[in-house]
Amino acid sequence: MDNRPHDNKAWFLVLPVFLIVAISAIIPLMTVVNYSVQDILGPFQRVFVGTEWFEQVLNDERLHGAFLRQLVFSGCVLLIQIPLGIAIALTLPAKGWRSSLCLVLVALPLLIPWNVVGTIWQLYARPDIGMAGVAVNALGIPYNYTSNAFDAWLTVLIMDVWHWTPLVILLCFAGLRSIPEAFYQAAKIDGASAWAVFRHIQLPKMRRVLTIAILLRFMDSFMIYTEPFVLTGGGPGNATTFLSQFLAQIAVGQFDLGPAAAFSLIYFLVILLLSWVFYTYITHTDREDAR
Amino acid sequence: MDIASELATELEWMAWTGPTAAFFAGIALILAGMTVWQTVSPTVERRGFLPMPTTRGDRLFIGLLGSAYIHLATVGFTDLNLWIAFGLSLLWMAVVMRFG
Repeated sequence: MDNRPHDNKAWFLVLPVFLIVAISAIIPLMTVVNYSVQDILGPFQRVFVGTEWFEQVLNDERLHGAFLRQLVFSGCVLLIQIPLGIAIALTLPAKGWRSSLCLVLVALPLLIPWNVVGTIWQLYARPDIGMAGVAVNALGIPYNYTSNAFDAWLTVLIMDVWHWTPLVILLCFAGLRSIPEAFYQAAKIDGASAWAVFRHIQLPKMRRVLTIAILLRFMDSFMIYTEPFVLTGGGPGNATTFLSQFLAQIAVGQFDLGPAAAFSLIYFLVILLLSWVFYTYITHTDREDAR
Repeated sequence: MDIASELATELEWMAWTGPTAAFFAGIALILAGMTVWQTVSPTVERRGFLPMPTTRGDRLFIGLLGSAYIHLATVGFTDLNLWIAFGLSLLWMAVVMRFG
């Protein structure tokens, strides 16, 4: 039993964070809730419409399409980036100048602003002048991301893998470096295979960083906007129109603030639920293993 | 101008409505109540019908999230009155808090 006196003064130290979160997140969220039940006609002209926007948005076929595309996209992102990140982190030199050099090179895509990434890939993948686009076509594979929906979708996926796998690599690398050498020595004495070392030492020890990596990559890919906006503009057709772009079309394109607010809240709830399920599952498994 | 009117003018940009104000007041009261409850009788992690051990705060979160989805499903996919969704949410909340 812990009989030490509890001092609640520490709460005052986190007060600034509460205030910042309130101003930057809670108050805007409250405003979005208020907007979602009204028809906003002008800055001070509005009409209460109840749940009308929610009904409209939930029954919108375009939203269903964007939601499905988004789920498949995020699923593919996780299925590719997490194993790839782990594999590359395992092959990186552990120490010395080679390790530093590799880390810097690997981290380079992370330093590039999102809209620039879109522009780079727009040029790189162009079938007429882009290096990748021309090379793929020269191999006899017809590829044109501006007119073919599958090509456009694939290009956005490859671009995201290129841009964000480095984050997974860095996190995994940090996780791997935190494993004490004694674990490897014990495995060597027992004659463990490389797979056994990975399965029973490295992977369990990386669980915490992988939790962060999966959460970050899921949330980020689920909210992807800038890169596909610059690369394909959501097209051809609606092939690469993800949820954020759909939301921007309603809010900024059509200036329908009420439906956009209702949609934002639904979007927020979906992300909240999925992130919570991921987090709970992974931390729960972690605790079960620790017993 | 009295304080209430002045506050209402200051918060005009937030486009407050009666129902949304009541909603947030409800959430704030729940959180305040839970804080007092936690101070008086600290939560103990336990396992109920939910697939993982939960604290009181966890169950509140699950209850509120579930309630939001009950309301969304009712609004989006049925013609039922919203009060029915509210009643179902209260029931869900009570079940999760007691047996979750």
